Amino acid sequence: MDYFVNVTITGLTQGMIYSAFALALVLIWRSTRIVNFAQGSMAAATTFIALALIQAGASYWVALIVALVSGFVLGAVIERVIIRPVEGGPELNAVIVTLGLFVAIQALIAIIFGSSFQSFPTPFGVRGFELGDTTIPLTPTNLYVIAAVLVTMALLVALFRFTRIGLAMRASAFSQEVARLLGVKVGGMLTLGWGLAAVVGSLSGLLIAGGTFVYPAYMDSLIVFGFVAAIIGGLDSPVGAIVGGLILGLALSYVSGYAPRGSALVTISALVILIGVLLVRPGGLFSSSTARRA
Amino acid sequence: MSDLQSSPSTAGKASDEAPVVATAGANATSASASTGRSLLPESTLLRHLLALVVFAVLAVVVLEVTTPYQNSQLATLTYYAIAAGGLTVLTGMNGQISLGHGALMAAGAYTTALFLDADEPLPLVVILLASILVAIIIGALVGVAAARLHGPYLAGATLALAVGLPGLAIYFHDIFGGEQGMRVRAPQAPESFDSFIQLVSGSAASSTKWLAYVGTICLLLTYFFLANLVRSRIGRTWRAVRDQEVAAELAGINLGAWRVLAFVVSAAAAGLAGAVLALVVRLAAPSGFTLVLSLSLLTAIVLGGLGSLTGALIGSALLVFLPPFARDMGASFGLDQTEAAQVAPFVYGVVLVVVMIFVPAGLVGTIRLRWMTRKAKRAMAQAHADGASSRG
Amino acid sequence: MSVVAAATVVSTLAACGGGDDGGGSSGGSGENEASDTGVTETSIKLGAHYPLTGVASPGYSEIPTGVTAYFDCLNKAGGVYDREIEFVYKDDTYNPAQTSQVTNELVLNDEIFAMMSGLGTPTHSAVVDFLNDEGVPDLFVSSGSLMWGDNPEEYPMSFGWQTDYESEGKIIGEYIANEFPDAKVGLFLQDDDFGEDGESGIRQYIDDQIVAAERYTPGNTNVGPQIAALQAAGADFVVGFNVPSYTALSQLTSLALGYDPQWFYSNVGSDPNLVGGLLNRFSEGKVTDAALLDGALTTGYLPTVDMTDNPWITEFQRIWDECGGEGELTNYRVYGMSQAYTMTQALQAAGQNPTREGLVEAVEAVGGEWEGPVFAPFRYSEDSHMGTGGMTIERIVGNGSEEVQPVRITDIGDAEIEEFDGEASTPPANAIPEEEAYEG
Repeated sequence: MDYFVNVTITGLTQGMIYSAFALALVLIWRSTRIVNFAQGSMAAATTFIALALIQAGASYWVALIVALVSGFVLGAVIERVIIRPVEGGPELNAVIVTLGLFVAIQALIAIIFGSSFQSFPTPFGVRGFELGDTTIPLTPTNLYVIAAVLVTMALLVALFRFTRIGLAMRASAFSQEVARLLGVKVGGMLTLGWGLAAVVGSLSGLLIAGGTFVYPAYMDSLIVFGFVAAIIGGLDSPVGAIVGGLILGLALSYVSGYAPRGSALVTISALVILIGVLLVRPGGLFSSSTARRA
Repeated sequence: MSDLQSSPSTAGKASDEAPVVATAGANATSASASTGRSLLPESTLLRHLLALVVFAVLAVVVLEVTTPYQNSQLATLTYYAIAAGGLTVLTGMNGQISLGHGALMAAGAYTTALFLDADEPLPLVVILLASILVAIIIGALVGVAAARLHGPYLAGATLALAVGLPGLAIYFHDIFGGEQGMRVRAPQAPESFDSFIQLVSGSAASSTKWLAYVGTICLLLTYFFLANLVRSRIGRTWRAVRDQEVAAELAGINLGAWRVLAFVVSAAAAGLAGAVLALVVRLAAPSGFTLVLSLSLLTAIVLGGLGSLTGALIGSALLVFLPPFARDMGASFGLDQTEAAQVAPFVYGVVLVVVMIFVPAGLVGTIRLRWMTRKAKRAMAQAHADGASSRG
Repeated sequence: MSVVAAATVVSTLAACGGGDDGGGSSGGSGENEASDTGVTETSIKLGAHYPLTGVASPGYSEIPTGVTAYFDCLNKAGGVYDREIEFVYKDDTYNPAQTSQVTNELVLNDEIFAMMSGLGTPTHSAVVDFLNDEGVPDLFVSSGSLMWGDNPEEYPMSFGWQTDYESEGKIIGEYIANEFPDAKVGLFLQDDDFGEDGESGIRQYIDDQIVAAERYTPGNTNVGPQIAALQAAGADFVVGFNVPSYTALSQLTSLALGYDPQWFYSNVGSDPNLVGGLLNRFSEGKVTDAALLDGALTTGYLPTVDMTDNPWITEFQRIWDECGGEGELTNYRVYGMSQAYTMTQALQAAGQNPTREGLVEAVEAVGGEWEGPVFAPFRYSEDSHMGTGGMTIERIVGNGSEEVQPVRITDIGDAEIEEFDGEASTPPANAIPEEEAYEG
């Protein structure tokens, strides 16, 4: 019973990490219809900026704010300079550009900050809470991650649902011509979308880094799981990203915990889960789209 | 929700553009066929056979004038190019994206490794065919699922495939050797090969050269097969499925079946590529089939020019030659070896971005577009002149 | 081998530490010749592959900087037989397909004399056949797999260097059987040959004490289920055969689970300076008890940077300061320097005009007698190309460690474990060895 609880909770906390990453993917998809493979590298870049500040003596919170701001600038600049020329072009070209960015930014981090392991602090404890005489594997740091992700999700939902800017962003992503006819400054909205997505990405990078090792490629293993989580959720829905991340984290934790040599089955299980979900709902769980006719 | 509309919008976006490139390529070749009527055979098959012979001779020359190290680079090039050729048919002709072809290569590589592990291995040709067959079976399964998906959902599913399938080699480590993989001993070159090399170059054949030849033969046959397929009714149907979904369906074409077929064909190429990889690398291990491999293939076909076999070849050459070139450039600017190694991926990434911004149709696609534009202008001028003279 | 007849005297020249003219001339015999591929009158070219970029690069990418620093200082002191050592290393991103490419480049294009220190089990297995087919000496592979050393007939050119994982497992198993006979032991294993070999060694001694064996796959960062399973099985002593990042993950997960067994990390995963130092900074002081790893046990076969009064570390520190690049001396760099030291011994033993075959013969014949920074002798002979077979057991204290069991040596299979009765070696002047040429 304890074991079941432990496997469940570690699965959920890991799932929240996937959610954090998925949330940024969803935001960029909603605002520009591009799957941003460079997101992991961009987040790693701002995480290293934060780390440099912390090592120079700044507090975690100052570093966090600087990282988020630099994330916004990085995202906006990348959209303006690099993504803009391929926007509206072939879908695959944008994919290749983000792949190129992914490789180049990661290499740049290694050149500037070195490629050794460094530890990234977390402002909260890493010991599990004690309930009576048992410890549940939920730490203050976990709670911080969960709270941060949920708040971000709520803000995004509110942005898209209740604000004019959110509406304009959606319109720009959905149909540039129509949006333009309606008087939306499409270019600005796309830049804003990338900037905001990079902010969320930076946040996810910092949350994932908190209390563990960072190195230039530390986000790599999350790209696949984060992407899968986003797609399970429907790629278009912030709530879906959270649910997708939690489902994935939980399912993989059970596979890892209950199948013999289960850890080796985790990646193939992610594939099975994803295919399973997509066969039932080709647009993911939180979408209303219908199956492609085939 | 916007999903309802969003999916067609992206699909539209994709097919708006892709055809420009791909049909540009198609038109160009048919155009060249009609203009070059005097010299080249009329039949596509004959023309491709002729090209096959020319390229085979060319390949022998190239392999014989290059150094052993360049031989080994060319061997590497062949497995990238075989897989990229299959992928460009799938993505360029039929409009389906796959980030998972590395996994299909793994299927081919492990099949080859298993067969060569036997005490008395079967002939190499049989083993290569078996690798293709296994990849086809897996490709068909994936293709059935993929035919229902589109855009990012297909990308995500194939991405998970790229990471998931090689993981099975770790789980079934008793069969597949786990993380350290299966070592592959390529069969010795037959005597006829030795005497052939003796004949053309006057020196003994090394195992590196033998593997380069195996790869090159596989590459030429694959491209010959794919080129004919693309020109055939099958190729035309694929383009119809990609460009005119509704019209094709109204014409009685079973979209799903044709999509699966495209996946199967490209999987076959990937399986062969994996087999060649196993021979050249002498190992089939999970760490050889990471996501990076799958993404590199996609990069190669887009850089070279989507839907074009020449483009796939050029893109693959960039994958093989660019990183060492960048590294050596770094070293010549006085960086130490570690720094130079770190610069290589940076340059590679920047090149991807720059090419996509300034040459969005890929290298081959852009050249073709330029060429066609110029030809069209000339034809216009000609027509104009004709009109003028008839009037006069 | 004929040329080296009188070279025994010459071999000491390197240690004269002097300028260039202290070199070959003092021997008075023979001249330097371009005796084999990669050898010129004035240089010897060596090659290696490491992950310098990508996921596997942290830590490992520091090894070649250590090798280079050592060779730079050696070259300043006259090199080996007045030849400069040129060390060419390339990035394989820990991908066997890349290893194959860069090894082709090293052998066919750069024309190295020998490979040294190529890193990783799956990566190096892609090139071990090629190197042996081409007759390229493949010395001191940076991996504890048995493959490089246990079958010299299959791989006559390849040699291991560090303690293999099976021997390490045996020494750990014996220690637990003697010192913790009542412990309920859990194993935390990487799911590959590293974990497998370690497990098979341990089980030779404490099979009946083991209550659980949990495996993780690298890349999967949630080890909660594995650690929770060890806890649920009642293990109060956990042996980890894992890489450093998983030492950190296992510690943090245990902290979250409130699980506090006696930890024993194998050498690869322990680096107290790295892991311990990093763990201390994780939580801005929220992990209050001095060091998370404090009290954990580990093994050692090389001195580590925390042993500041070890004469080898003093010398390596000097070499790093004089000839190294940026950054501090780390245990990865000590590892690289130690390999370079062994390589220098091998080149000296190969004589004034070395050949590839002569190099391999020399290592087989005299490599077992070499002393150096490695605690216990290598097992090199005609029948075995295994590296060192001895290890200490240490307890991590703060960011350093204290020895709890002196060096014991063993071999693979059912070989006994014995006390090592040799003395700890001290570095020669300038930490440059003075091996005599082996004359076959």
